[in-house]
Amino acid sequence: MRILVCVKQVPDPNTVIYQIDPQSKRLVRDGVANVLDPGAEVALEAALQLAENDGNSTVTVVTMGPEDAEDALRRALAMGADDGVLITDDGLAGSDTLSTAKALAATIKEVGFDLIFCATESTDGYSGMVPGMVAELLGIPHLSFIRSLEVANGVLTGQRVVALGYQTVECPLPLLVAIASGSHEPRYPALKGIMAAKRKKVEEYSLDDLGLAADSVGESGARERVLELRPVEERQAGVIVEDDGTGAAQIAALLRQRGII
Amino acid sequence: MAAIWVYSEITAGRPAPVALELMSKAAELGEATVVLFGKDAAAAATVAGQFGAAHAVIDPREEYDTHLAPAAVDTLAALIRERQPALLLFATSYDSRDVASRLAARLDCGVISNATGLEADGDGFRVLTPWGATTVAVCELTAPGTKFVLVRPKAFTAVENGGTCTVEEVSGQIDAASTAIKVTDTVEEIAQGPVLSDSKVVVSGGRGLGNADNFGLIEELAAALGGAVGASRAVVDAGWRPYGEQVGQTGVTVKPDVYIACGISGAIQHLAGMKGSKTIIAINKDPEAPIFKNADLGIVGDALKILPQLIGEVKKG
Amino acid sequence: MLDFFAVDSLLTSEQRAIRDTVREFVDAEVIPNIRTWWDQEEAPVSLKDKIGALGLFGANLPEKYGCAGIDNVSYGLINYEFERGDSGLRSFSSVQSALVMYPIYAYGSEEQRQQYLPELAAGRLLGCFGLTESDGGSDPGAMRTRARRDGDGWLLNGSKMWITNSPVADIAIVWAKDDEGVVRGFIVPTDTPGFSAPKIESKMSLRASITGEIVLQDCRVGAEALLPEAKGLKAPLGCLTQARYGISWGALGALEAVYISARDYAATRTTFGKPIAGRQLVQDKLVRMITDHSLGLLMSHQLGTLKDAKKMTFPQVSMAKRNNVRVALNGARAAREILGGNGITTEYPVIRHMLNLETVDTYEGTHDIHTMIIGREITGIGALE
Repeated sequence: MRILVCVKQVPDPNTVIYQIDPQSKRLVRDGVANVLDPGAEVALEAALQLAENDGNSTVTVVTMGPEDAEDALRRALAMGADDGVLITDDGLAGSDTLSTAKALAATIKEVGFDLIFCATESTDGYSGMVPGMVAELLGIPHLSFIRSLEVANGVLTGQRVVALGYQTVECPLPLLVAIASGSHEPRYPALKGIMAAKRKKVEEYSLDDLGLAADSVGESGARERVLELRPVEERQAGVIVEDDGTGAAQIAALLRQRGII
Repeated sequence: MAAIWVYSEITAGRPAPVALELMSKAAELGEATVVLFGKDAAAAATVAGQFGAAHAVIDPREEYDTHLAPAAVDTLAALIRERQPALLLFATSYDSRDVASRLAARLDCGVISNATGLEADGDGFRVLTPWGATTVAVCELTAPGTKFVLVRPKAFTAVENGGTCTVEEVSGQIDAASTAIKVTDTVEEIAQGPVLSDSKVVVSGGRGLGNADNFGLIEELAAALGGAVGASRAVVDAGWRPYGEQVGQTGVTVKPDVYIACGISGAIQHLAGMKGSKTIIAINKDPEAPIFKNADLGIVGDALKILPQLIGEVKKG
Repeated sequence: MLDFFAVDSLLTSEQRAIRDTVREFVDAEVIPNIRTWWDQEEAPVSLKDKIGALGLFGANLPEKYGCAGIDNVSYGLINYEFERGDSGLRSFSSVQSALVMYPIYAYGSEEQRQQYLPELAAGRLLGCFGLTESDGGSDPGAMRTRARRDGDGWLLNGSKMWITNSPVADIAIVWAKDDEGVVRGFIVPTDTPGFSAPKIESKMSLRASITGEIVLQDCRVGAEALLPEAKGLKAPLGCLTQARYGISWGALGALEAVYISARDYAATRTTFGKPIAGRQLVQDKLVRMITDHSLGLLMSHQLGTLKDAKKMTFPQVSMAKRNNVRVALNGARAAREILGGNGITTEYPVIRHMLNLETVDTYEGTHDIHTMIIGREITGIGALE
């Protein structure tokens, strides 16, 4: 099977900071490094496990982003993906979800696939629109919130998370699956994988390669516009106290006041 | 009046609670039409009328229940092309996202997700979406045609006005390829205690608890208070807790009387799901944690130390 | 990584990736558990399979022996991140890598390398290193353990003290003097009759590391146990150079941990109306800590660069070990002071690192021994003789 995994680079949610801003008295969070989206790592893990069980599959990671998004691909390659595809073009900056999906779908058509993995949503954008859009543009079904899966005789069977439990679902390939966060524990890239990753192939695609018009994607192709930014209605500032041993009692007092206990 | 459509999922023979919220809002901004697919569509239409829908378009075939999004997309796409409503609203939910994303790609139209507000603006609409912790972006969809907006649960209030709606039954053309997916079984897993989204009290835990085992304290406190257990995305991602307990932008939105956040830093993603709580209590070691900006009572300290004491206090009554 | 002087920019992308993977591993698998392990005197033996799977044992040894074949800066960064977790974890892996795998690689036969290194790299076998004896660790040449010829094999007698991992090891690298008084090294399976390794109890330092003795009573090993290329004291000392190299990085990891803890505490602890981080005396301590960390990191990075170029000298290693461990220890003491009463409980990492570093300052050549190694290097006159 040719397995593709769509991944994304996002700002690192956990970074060591050694400075405190003198004005705000808060830790300085500038210059936060970019990392492979933790959700994408879960999807990649699911794909790698499937490929390992199958024994006769390749895993290709695909991302769209600036040149340095290659770092995210290298991380994925270090985890065990076989090769990578980087879609990068200045004209793609500022793409909305549909434009992103169009670039991904055009690339995926070029690359070829039997099965596509995505995260259910990215950790920075959360829209959750791209997987369904990519599947639609490719004319294939998609299953979202998949937490476990197997493939036999060209049919994928899996558990799909729903509000109160799960559905058992099945669908013949080709197919796109969006993997539920937390469903697979991503492996750490082992040292051998890290050393091997630098020798693995990463292919680049530009808008020209994909035959996409520059004005159909990116900033100029965006279908929405921000009119204004408004401050959120702030909650009334509360009481913040350091626990001196009476913290629990203070919470209990408030709960009593609210009639909860 | 602007034609505003609401795509409604059906749960237990009724429109999903969030769909009722959307219908009430749609009725306020224009003329509301609800679209209901699946075997319980007719029964659900009756309820929809009581919450503001003027019209219901139903297709009560079971195909929609077993084949998921692609089947619904076929029928919806044909209806949208033919009738061109100004606005089509979806819930930000498991199934509706699948329908909205495919439909937007098929019709090549713009879509805004995670909306928390909607305002009329002349002939058009303005959509409010959270942008970071302190800002709301007011957006408009600029592409021609029907605008798609996915709205977060509890953004609007469902108003029961006792009305009725016209019901039109359609029989959409479902492409053979759209029936590739089959749902063969549905299993309920989360049962004990109150439902997270509707509970009066929610006790949530995050990374600050150190490990999955320490979540026992969260469960104990929630049980003592008769509340539900929630979790931050970080711990769901780490596999400590099931997805159904995730409170936040993705996951469940809650508005309980009391929300107790333990070892949760308060990432924007989390705040989006619980900021509407009446009273917020936070326990965190880091005094800079953003959760404190939203807390009515914040205790800077170790949740592992405070929780057992608090459980003791609660049990005392 | 705490990195005031942007040492990160001197690293290759692979070095960064290796650092990040170990950092994530330590954050996920060690930091949440280390307090319990330390309090309950539990060594991180349970992590051996995971460490092995990641390729972190003997990572700088060649790939053909099942190792990762990485450069020495990367190897240093592994030690840094391990010791940021706990000196016990770093000791656990240092012993396996520098004191067991390295001597087999450097002084062993090809057969011994093939037999042991892949198993040790994977964590399927654990090793320990028996050099130090109870009468004085700083003078290994005075060792009393003897290896007597016994047919085609050897009969080992004697005892070793302060041996990390000995109670849980599968093999021990034992150093003993032969009939000619020459120090020789042996690979001794710990289930060999006459070999025992009683555990040393009640340590107040390196509690998350298991330490024992080795007692050899007519412990007979075959000819295949001898490390053929190890003749004389310079063989075990060569191992120590490897271990000290790793420690010079590791100590800085511990310094990062105590610095971050102290800085965060100082930023939030308010006295007389403002955070103590705003007090000059506290700032002075924090600035010393981060300056020492920056200097140490630059020195270790350069040491690694020299090691990769095969230009590193042992007095340079002594300087890095001596300096970095002592500044980490001083930093930990300062951090403990900043944390006040909270500094004495293991709820915060500071006292744990502080107590660990007391050992690290002593083992693998005490601070004073390294002073004399460097002193001899710069004056040409040996104070040890």
